[in-house]
Amino acid sequence: MSSQETAAHPRRWNGLLGAVRGSTLARSLALLFFGGIALVVISELLSEYRNLQLAEGGYYFAVLAGLTMLIGSSGQISLGHGALMAVGAYAVALLVGDEHWPLFAALVAAVVATALVGVPLGAAASRLRGPYLAGVTLAFAVALPPLGNRFPETLGGENGLTITQPTPPSGLGSGFPPERWLAWIACAGALIVAFVLYNLMRSGVGRSLRAIRDDEVAASLCGLHVGRNLTLAFVVSAACAGLAGGLLVVVLGLAQPGAFPLKLSLALLSGVVIGGQGSLVGAVWGAALLVLLPNWTTDIAHSFSFSTNVSSNLPLAVYGVMLIVAMLAWPSGIQGGVRVLSSRLRGVLRARRDAAR
Amino acid sequence: MTQFINLTLNGISTGAIYAAVALALVLIWRATRIVNFAQGAMLMITTFIASELLNEGSPYWVALVVAMISGLLLGAVVERVLIRAVESAPEINAVIVTLGLLTLLEATAGMIWGNTPRSFPAAFSIRGYEVGGTRILFSPQDTFIVIAVIVVALSLTVLFRGTTLGLRMRAAAFAPEVARLLGVRVGHMFTLGWALAAMVGAVAGVLVAPSVFVGPNNFDPILIFAFVAAVLGGLDSPPGAIVGGLVLGLVISYVSGYEEASLAPLAALALLVVTLMFRPQGLFSASSERKV
Repeated sequence: MSSQETAAHPRRWNGLLGAVRGSTLARSLALLFFGGIALVVISELLSEYRNLQLAEGGYYFAVLAGLTMLIGSSGQISLGHGALMAVGAYAVALLVGDEHWPLFAALVAAVVATALVGVPLGAAASRLRGPYLAGVTLAFAVALPPLGNRFPETLGGENGLTITQPTPPSGLGSGFPPERWLAWIACAGALIVAFVLYNLMRSGVGRSLRAIRDDEVAASLCGLHVGRNLTLAFVVSAACAGLAGGLLVVVLGLAQPGAFPLKLSLALLSGVVIGGQGSLVGAVWGAALLVLLPNWTTDIAHSFSFSTNVSSNLPLAVYGVMLIVAMLAWPSGIQGGVRVLSSRLRGVLRARRDAAR
Repeated sequence: MTQFINLTLNGISTGAIYAAVALALVLIWRATRIVNFAQGAMLMITTFIASELLNEGSPYWVALVVAMISGLLLGAVVERVLIRAVESAPEINAVIVTLGLLTLLEATAGMIWGNTPRSFPAAFSIRGYEVGGTRILFSPQDTFIVIAVIVVALSLTVLFRGTTLGLRMRAAAFAPEVARLLGVRVGHMFTLGWALAAMVGAVAGVLVAPSVFVGPNNFDPILIFAFVAAVLGGLDSPPGAIVGGLVLGLVISYVSGYEEASLAPLAALALLVVTLMFRPQGLFSASSERKV
C-alpha cells in the first residue's frame, strides 16, 4: 500500500523520515526500537509488583496478538489458545527444568513445538467455519490440560512442573530487581511477536487472509490457496500462544494443568473482542484489561466487603458482560472506539484549520 | 467380558444424557442456526436451583419440575434479550454472545453458590442390579435416566409431528419468510424453540448431576460431549442427536474403562475432528450438502 502512497506525495515526507514511513519493515523496526526504549523506561519507573504485572501483560499481549490476528484477519475463531499456551508452558518447563537448556533455546523450542501442535489443528480449522470451529477448539481447550494428570511422572500431575526463574545478568548491577528482568524478558517476547505480526499482516499473506475472510469464493477464484493460508494463520497464531505459555512459566516459575482452564481461553477471547478484533493496539488494551481487571475487582470487592465467592468470580462476570455488550452494541471494541474518536478529532482540527485560512 | 458388558451398559446411560443435551443443541440450531455454547451453563443454573430446593427439603419431583420450568423461562429470556439482537449478524457474533453468556452464568453461579462442587441426590438407588450373582454396572437410576430421555424424545416427536404448534415451529425454522407470510409468529416460535431446548437441558442436568456433582464448571465436559454428539448426528436431526449421543456415550465409556477417564475428552475431540473431516453432514443425516 505504502509505496504507491509515497509515490503520490513524493515531496511530502523527505529524506530518512520518508523512507521510514514508506517501508513497512523500516516502520516496524522503528516501532520495535522506540517500543523497546519506552518499555525499558516504564519498567525503571515502576515498582517491583508493577513490573511483575508488566511481565504478565507481556505474555498476555503475545497470545492476544496472535489470536486477534487470527480472528480479525482470517475470520477464524479459536477457543483453544489457552491449551496451546499450556503446550508452550510445559515445553519450557520440561526443557529448562529437566534438560537444563538455556532459556532462549527453550523458548524457541516451545514456539516450534506449539506450532507443530497447531499444524493438525490448523489444518482441521481451515476446513471449518463459525460454530463448528468454535466447538472443535473448545473441545481442544477442555481435552488437553488434563493430559498433565495422565502422565504424572513426566508432567508432574496436578502439582505441575517448576523451574528456577532466570536471574538478571551481573552486568546490570547487583541491585537490579529480578522482577524488572522478568518484565524485560516478557516484553522482549511481546515486541518480537508484534514485529512479526505487523510485517506479516502487511505482507501478501495478510492481504490474502483478509481477502479470504471477506469472500472465500472470490479469493479462491483469484488463485489464492484458501486452506493453506488459513492453516498458516492458525499455525502462526499457535506459535504466538506457545511463546506466551513459555513466558508465563518464566514469569510464574510454574506450569500446572490448573493454570490453563477453559476460563483462560474465554478470558483470552474477551481480551481480543474487548480490545478490538484484528488490531495489535487492541491486543495491548486487551492485555492491560486481563492484567488489571482482576486487581480492580479485588479492590472493589474489598471496599464493598463482598465474600470471596463474589470477588473471585467478579472478573469472569465482567468478561461475560463485556463480551455480550461488545457484541450487541460495539463489536469493534476499545480500539474501534479510539479510532472513531481520533478520526473525529482530526476532522474537527481540519475544519478549524480550513476556517482559519 | 463382564467388563465389556458393564462398560456398554454404562455407556448407554451416559449416552442417553449426552443425547438429551445434544437434542437441546439441535432444537436451537434448527430454530435459529446458532450453536448454544451456553447450554451447559444454562443447565448448570437450573440444576443448582433444583439442588437448593432439595436442600430445603422439597421432594425430588418438585425440584425436577421447578428446574424444568426455570429452564423454560431462562431459555425464553436468553433468546428474547440476547439472541434476537445477533440473529441477523455474522455467525461469529452469535458464537461470541453465547460464550459470553457461558462466562457470565458460570461466574454468577460461583458468586451465589461458591466454586466448590456439591453432591446431588439420585432419584433411585445407584446400586447396580444383580444378575446371576454378579452386580452389573446398571442401576435403577440408570433405568430412570434412559426412560426419562426416551420420554423427552417421544414428547418432542409428538410435539413436532403431531401438533399444529410443532408444524408452525418447523415452518418457522425451515422457511421463516414463507411462514411469516402465512401468519406464523416466527419470533415467538424461535423463543419457544430456545425455551424448549433449555427445558430439555434442565432435565438432563438433573439426571447427570449425581455423577458429575454440581459446580460452576462441572458441566463444561457435558457441553463438549453434547456438541460432539450433535455433530455426529448432523446437528440438524433430532434422531441423529439421539444416536450420536449413544455412540459417543459408548466410546467415552470404553475409553474411560479401558484407558483412563482423563482421556475421554480427547477421544471425543478425535471423534469430532474425524467426523467433520470426512462426513461433515453427520453420520446419520440424510441431507447431503452442508457448508461447515
